[in-house]
Parts: sequence; C-alpha cells; structure tokens
Amino acid sequence: MPRIRGSRDAPSRGPHLVAGRATILLYAVLVAALVAVVTVAVSLGTATLAARDVWHVIFSHVVGDTGGLDPLQDQIVWDIRLPRVLVAAVVGAALSVIGVSLQALVRNPLADPYMLGVTPGASFGAVLVMASGSTALQGLGVTGGAFAAALLTMIAVFVIAQRGGRLTDTRLILAGVAVGYLAVAATSFVQLQTSPNQLAGIMFWVMGSLAGTEWADLRVPATALALGITWLLTRGRALNALMVGDDAAAGLGVDVHRLRRQLLVVTSLMTATVVVVAGGLGFVGLVIPHITRLVVGAEHRRVLPASMLVGAVFLVLVDLAGRTVNRPNELPVGIFTAGIGVPVLMWLLLRARQREGA
Amino acid sequence: MRLEFEDVSIDIGPARIVSDVSLRIEQGEVVGLVGPNGSGKSTLLRSAYRVLRPVGGAALIGGESVWDMSAREAARRRAIVTQHTVLDAAFSVREIVAMGRTPRKGAFDRDTEHDHEVVERALDDVHMSWAARRSFATLSGGEQQRVLIARALAQEAGLLILDEPTNHLDVRAQFEILDLLRNLRMTTLTALHDLDHAVSYCDRVAIMAEGALVAEGVPAEVLTPELVHDVFGVRAVLDTHPITGRPRIAVASAGAQRTDQY
Repeated sequence: MPRIRGSRDAPSRGPHLVAGRATILLYAVLVAALVAVVTVAVSLGTATLAARDVWHVIFSHVVGDTGGLDPLQDQIVWDIRLPRVLVAAVVGAALSVIGVSLQALVRNPLADPYMLGVTPGASFGAVLVMASGSTALQGLGVTGGAFAAALLTMIAVFVIAQRGGRLTDTRLILAGVAVGYLAVAATSFVQLQTSPNQLAGIMFWVMGSLAGTEWADLRVPATALALGITWLLTRGRALNALMVGDDAAAGLGVDVHRLRRQLLVVTSLMTATVVVVAGGLGFVGLVIPHITRLVVGAEHRRVLPASMLVGAVFLVLVDLAGRTVNRPNELPVGIFTAGIGVPVLMWLLLRARQREGA
Repeated sequence: MRLEFEDVSIDIGPARIVSDVSLRIEQGEVVGLVGPNGSGKSTLLRSAYRVLRPVGGAALIGGESVWDMSAREAARRRAIVTQHTVLDAAFSVREIVAMGRTPRKGAFDRDTEHDHEVVERALDDVHMSWAARRSFATLSGGEQQRVLIARALAQEAGLLILDEPTNHLDVRAQFEILDLLRNLRMTTLTALHDLDHAVSYCDRVAIMAEGALVAEGVPAEVLTPELVHDVFGVRAVLDTHPITGRPRIAVASAGAQRTDQY
C-alpha cells in the first residue's frame, strides 16, 4: 500500500472531536441532556404535565413528604412514567456498554448483543424458566435462566465461529445470526406451547418493549449496570490493548484469554438483566458506540462512560417516541431502535468505505 | 535483560512447528532471526510473547520462564512489536503509545505526570512527537511502525522483540526503522526477512529452517554461500558495501550466471 511521504505537512487533525479536558465538559453536557430528556419524557403523554410539576412530585418523594401532592399527578409521574423512563435510561445505557464490550471482545465493530445471538439466547432462557413447571428451572429465576442461556449462546457462537483459535468477522456474524434465529424460533415455540394466544408476548421477546415497566423492574438491571461499568472501567487499558490484536495485547501484559472469559460473563449477565425487563431490543449496542467513538475516539476509559450516557439519552427519547407518535396506541420501542439503527449503520458503513477508498 | 530459549519445542495442532531451539540473547545485543517463510521464526517469538506455550523447554526472560510469571510481569520485562498491525479503531498516536504503560498500571491507577513524560519521551525517541495528536490509522506504514516501537519503549522493558518490523515498508522507511533499532541500544531480538538487513544491522544472526536452529553467530561468518544456498535456495556472496564499508550480502536465484544481457 503506497503512501505519499510528507503527510507531515498535512494539517494536524486529531481523530477525536472531543479530547483531553473537553471530555469532562462532554460528560457534563450529556448528564444535563439526560436530566432534560427524562424531564420531557415524564412530562409528555396522554396528559401533559409541566416540568415544574414533574420535579415537584419527584422531589417530594425523594424527601419523603408526599402529603400535599395532587394524587393524579403523583400517580402519573411517580407510579407510571418515571419508573418506565428510568428503566429506558438504564436499558439504553446497559446495551451501549454491552456493545462497546462485545466490540472489544471480538475486535469487530459490528458486534452487538442482538447480532451475536446473546439477546435472543437470553430471551429463550427467560421464556423457558417462565413457561417451565420444573422447580429446578424456576429456582434459577427468570434473570438466572436468561443469564445461563445468554452465556451458553455466546459460547456456542464462539465455538461455531472459531477456526483454529481464530475468530473471523464473517463466521462470527453468521454464527451469531444463525444461533440468534434458532433462539428466536425456540422462544416462539415455547411461548406458543404454553399460551397459544399470546402473540404479543412473542413480539416482546423479538422486538423489545418498555410498556408497563415498574419500579420493581429497575433494581436488577441498574445494579448490573453499575457493577458492570465499574468493572469495565478498571479494565479500560486492557480493553484498549485488546483492540490492537491478541499478540500485541499479550505483549502489553494482558492475559487475553482470561479477559475474554471475564467479558463473556459480564456481558452475558448485563444482557440477561436487560432482556428480562426490555425484551429483545436490537441495534442500540451497535449504533451508540459507533456514534460515541466518532466524538471521543476509541480509548475505552472515555468510550465506556460516554456511550453509557448517550445510550441512556437515546433510549429515553426513542421510548418517548414509541408511546407518543401513534397515540393512544403504543409502538414497541424495538421498531424505533431498528428504524433508527439500520440507516445509521448503513451510513456508517458507507462512510467507512469512502474513507478506505480515499 | 537477557532472553534465552532453552530447548523450545512448539506444536500447533498436530504439527511440530519449532523443535528443540536453544538460543541466548545477551544484554545489549541486537540479534537477527532469519529463515525462509514457515521456518518457525514467528512461532518461536510467540513463545516469548507468552502466547504459545511450548510443549518442551521454555523461553526465559531474566532467567525466569515467561510461563512462571504473570502476563503483566512478562510485559514489564519485554516489549513486543508484532507483525504488521491493521487497526480500524480511532486511536490517536499518543493513545497508542500510552498503551505501553498498561503493564505498569493497576486497575484503579490514573495516568500520572510520569506516564505522560514516558510517553512523550518515547515519541521523541522515534521522532514522532509531531504526530502525537494524529489518528494512528492515517500514518504511513513506516510512521506506524515507529509509533509501535514508541509504545514498546513506553513499557520501559529491558528487552525488545520484533517480528519483521520492515515488512511492507518502502526502502527509506526500512532503513529508518533499522537505524532507529540500532540507536536504541536495547537488547533486541528481531525476525527479519531481508538477509542483508541481518548482515548490516545485527551483532549476531540466528538462522532457522524447518523449525530448527541451523546456525548462529556473527552474520558475516555464519551466512556462508553454502549455508544460504542450503537454507534459502539462492546464491549468495558476501562482500563490502560500497557506501557503508560494512559487510553486505548479495543474493541471486540459485541458477544465476553473470550475463551481459537479460
């Protein structure tokens, strides 16, 4: 590949739009954006509330003084909308973080929990536990079943995709899609066996939805996200090293096999907790990390927190669209993530090809 | 930091790729590892990367087997520049070099002023400071190779292992890399595909063929026409380089004759 010498003279353009100290500012902007979209998402709906009222209700609950609240407003904000909006934020954040981790794990920007079959696998595990009369399976709990199935799916995909210890792009994606389809089919089968009329249930596992989420749905995925992102940040340097190749990472002192195994478990666990509350949501883990890297570059100690915030903002907005554009009917949030995700993905692929061709 | 291969044998799948190689690189030496493609050079090096575990023998760094130490400890003793890295990820040059600090940092350590100094010094040593903010992917092959050497320097290890660092580079960039490696004055083991590079830049050369070490020693003494013919299947003549006055090796196809026309 011949290159023209004298690139020295080319304008010194960094790979990131935001670097160094400006990153802190970016986090601040993203946190502010998250607060803003949460406020908007809680305000809007069949009954539209003022932002001031929304915060009044939230504040009253936080300080534990709910006596003077309008019962209707209280119910709309605290019982119906806020838990759902927060679950959307957590799910969007978690899926983005999972996407970043998987992309480092397989060193492939196309990795996404849905495409690698992990999300469908987790759905299958969850449905199997719910449908099963077996007390052994019930003992696992729905999240436990989803986690076990997600882990097994991911291992299966890796075993199918690897050849002589190496993972090639095409084989990985093909294996992920194939195993994913199998899991979707199995999920639908189990669902139809147990409740033949519940087609809507199948839609949840295939497309994902945040309808009807409650406070109880928040704790497990939020805990998993907090633990996951903390652990991943301590592995930020190792994840960077993993991006430059297995041998190079080993040269930098990263125990590549152990790190991969750990990533496998952490991403499976996070995916399972997300799938149980939000179903089979796709594309968030693919699109958000891409967009975030365009802004902050590839360094994981920046990409992880930034993607987490961008993903949270994104899914809150998307879920808001899902429940407002076609009122009073609600559209599953997965339709929007796919509807936004696919064009963005195609745009990114075209851009990448143009840059290679240039 | 001394590097020793002690009776190293490596299998990949059912095949024996390296058999019974013993080789010692002393403190301060630059040793070239040469041999035809598939002779097991990279495989031998990967045992020192702590990637391939030998079925027999061991790679020792500072007198200790790399498999008896953690991956981190190994990376504090030796740095590696692997063969031709293709990287799509949007890392800046400085970020790539900063990765060299990985084995020196704990999970909760932040980058310190010292880390920044080490990184800047490494960039300066390879004359790439001007590109610190640039995207690694936009550099030329030779520039990328220099950055990867800077990353190795940032590890502050006593030993440098390189796998064909001049591969895919244009001729000027090849000499820039080789001059740089000589000037670093580090204990260095480097696989090389060009015999002349081994002759003109290495203190010693080790020659591999079909997984075994067939000769080692001072290049101008070891690379005899007979040995080069046996191992590489080409004719070779050692003489003096008209520009540098150092030994050089001229090679031609096995049946080559002197002719006036082609």
